[in-house]
Amino acid sequence: MTVFLQQLVNGLSLGAIYALIALGYTMVYGILRFINFAHSDVFMVGAFAGYCFARVIPHASIGGGLLVMLLAMCFCALLGVVIERLAYRPLRGDSNLAILITAIGVSLLLENVTLLIFDATPKTFPTLIPYKDFSILGGVRITSVELVVFAVTAILLIALQWIVLKTRVGTAMRAVSFNHQAASLVGINNDRVISFTFALGSALAAAGGILWASLYPSIDPYMGVVPGLKAFVAAVLGGIGNIPGAALGGLMLGLIESFVNGSRFSTYTDAIAFAALILILIFRPAGLLGKFQVEKV
Amino acid sequence: MFRRLTDFAPRAFVVALIVIAGCKPQNYGGGGADTGGDIKVGEFASLTGKEATFGQSSHHGTELAIDELNSEGGVLGRKFQLLTEDDLSKAGESKTIAQKLISRDGVVALLGEVASSRSLEAAPICQENKIPQISPSSTNPKVTEIGDYIFRVCFIDPMQGKALAQFARDTLQAKHMAVLTDVSTAYSVGLATYFKEAFTAQGGEITVEQKYSGGDRDFKAQLTTIKAANADALFVPGYYTEVGLIARQARELGLTYPLFGGDGWEAPELVQIGGDAVEGCYYSTHYSPEVQDPAVVKFVAAFKSKYGSVPDAMAALGYDSAMLLADAIKRAGTTDGPKVRDALAATKDFPGVAGKITIDSNRNAQKPLVILEVTNGGFHLVKQVAPE
Repeated sequence: MTVFLQQLVNGLSLGAIYALIALGYTMVYGILRFINFAHSDVFMVGAFAGYCFARVIPHASIGGGLLVMLLAMCFCALLGVVIERLAYRPLRGDSNLAILITAIGVSLLLENVTLLIFDATPKTFPTLIPYKDFSILGGVRITSVELVVFAVTAILLIALQWIVLKTRVGTAMRAVSFNHQAASLVGINNDRVISFTFALGSALAAAGGILWASLYPSIDPYMGVVPGLKAFVAAVLGGIGNIPGAALGGLMLGLIESFVNGSRFSTYTDAIAFAALILILIFRPAGLLGKFQVEKV
Repeated sequence: MFRRLTDFAPRAFVVALIVIAGCKPQNYGGGGADTGGDIKVGEFASLTGKEATFGQSSHHGTELAIDELNSEGGVLGRKFQLLTEDDLSKAGESKTIAQKLISRDGVVALLGEVASSRSLEAAPICQENKIPQISPSSTNPKVTEIGDYIFRVCFIDPMQGKALAQFARDTLQAKHMAVLTDVSTAYSVGLATYFKEAFTAQGGEITVEQKYSGGDRDFKAQLTTIKAANADALFVPGYYTEVGLIARQARELGLTYPLFGGDGWEAPELVQIGGDAVEGCYYSTHYSPEVQDPAVVKFVAAFKSKYGSVPDAMAALGYDSAMLLADAIKRAGTTDGPKVRDALAATKDFPGVAGKITIDSNRNAQKPLVILEVTNGGFHLVKQVAPE
């Protein structure tokens, strides 16, 4: 039982980060109907930004750690806006394929610029969150880092739901998502809404990057590739374009991975995780929480 | 696509050289012939990428050896010229580099690599061209099995596995063992196999075995399973990047018994990433600067004054690989590939800084190894284990 609960904790902390990254994929897809493949590298840049900010900010306290995280989030939000403005906006209205290829190009650009600045040697990420471990429920271990991961993910999720459902800009986002022509007819500035979406998604990726680096304090320019792929799967699993779906998908994927890794079949973790995706998509083609829409001709 | 192009480029260049050489009766130095002047020695190393720490150390050792040899006038009245190429720690690069160094630069021998998988890539090229290759620190047995031109100056994994099993029994007093293997590297899988064989042969029991892949960051699931099983110690035959994280996560889960592993642990990053979690852990390696031997003391001093740091095992082996090659060229009296090969194969009791080297019939080095403990953020000598 202890082992089961421990795997549950392990899986949830992994899944929480997948969820944060998945949100970025899903938001951009929800509004622009395209997969932003550079998102996983914004996640990586977030971790590196945190690494740099931590050098100048005293960080061995909750406050300092949060400040580093906020700065990294702001930095990546800006980066997201710049990427959208320079790479995606000129192509808006072109074929989806062109934008997709551009996204892959941006992804390679971010990876290699980071490689150029920091080289490929893994860097040790500073301790942003003071370390402490707790033993609960008869031997299940949970660390302060994991608790912060849960807390930050929960807070960001709730904040995001609130922004999307309760604020003016959220209403505008949903309007653009439904029908961008109609939205601009009623006076919504599509460009601004899209910029805002990118800023929000990239900030979440940065938060994910910092939390990931705090859990696994060794960062390198390719660190985003695998979690990014997993988060993309999580977004599809939950129903791409659907915010609670992305969170659900992330948590599910984290749990599947954790339980498979702890079993004899650890070599097949990815195979099993992706097989689960295929199975779910066979029975629910739009993902767990996605709504299936008939394409109108 | 790009891979094919880069594979093809050196060959195309050689073909072009041959065509040009055919037109004019001059030798352009292409095609691998040693044309006098400096003795060209090729080196390929992971100077950047995920095993950069190893590649850099090894390269510094080799560089120091070449400098020392040249300051003493070289061998056969000729100086050495070291041609170093970076393989980026990537699969596929070493083959291209070996081809380039042999056919375009005409090196007389090739030094490299640290990682067994990359030494294995270059070995067939060296064998085909009859150019001796000396791997400083690839410990997988398969490397020298490629052919009779492939040598190494380090011990091999069966010996390391055996020594670690003895250490687990005698020093750690362990009877039940947990093993966590990196299934993505030949090194880790091989070492785990030899360790398990030796450990069970001496009456121990492997109670749990878990697997991960290089590049993984989360090991808590595997460690949770390991913790639930009954074991006295955890054997992790992986590389330092993952081992640091594994140790941290093991301690976070409340695993208190010692972790230990092989020479893949050897890097300052182990302590930087692992922090307090790796304190009291052990690993086996090729050399310790704490060994009191005049050759070692001299080497440590020279390395310190050149690079400002204490040389690690990779540096010592990089140094030994170049020194052994120079010694063999001197004994052969020529840089001719087959003759240098024969001289290398006849090496007996060569005084390397990482132990006395005798090359056995399988072109592997028979030599002692050392066990180190991580204490106060440093690596300290526990004991030396000699080959039986």
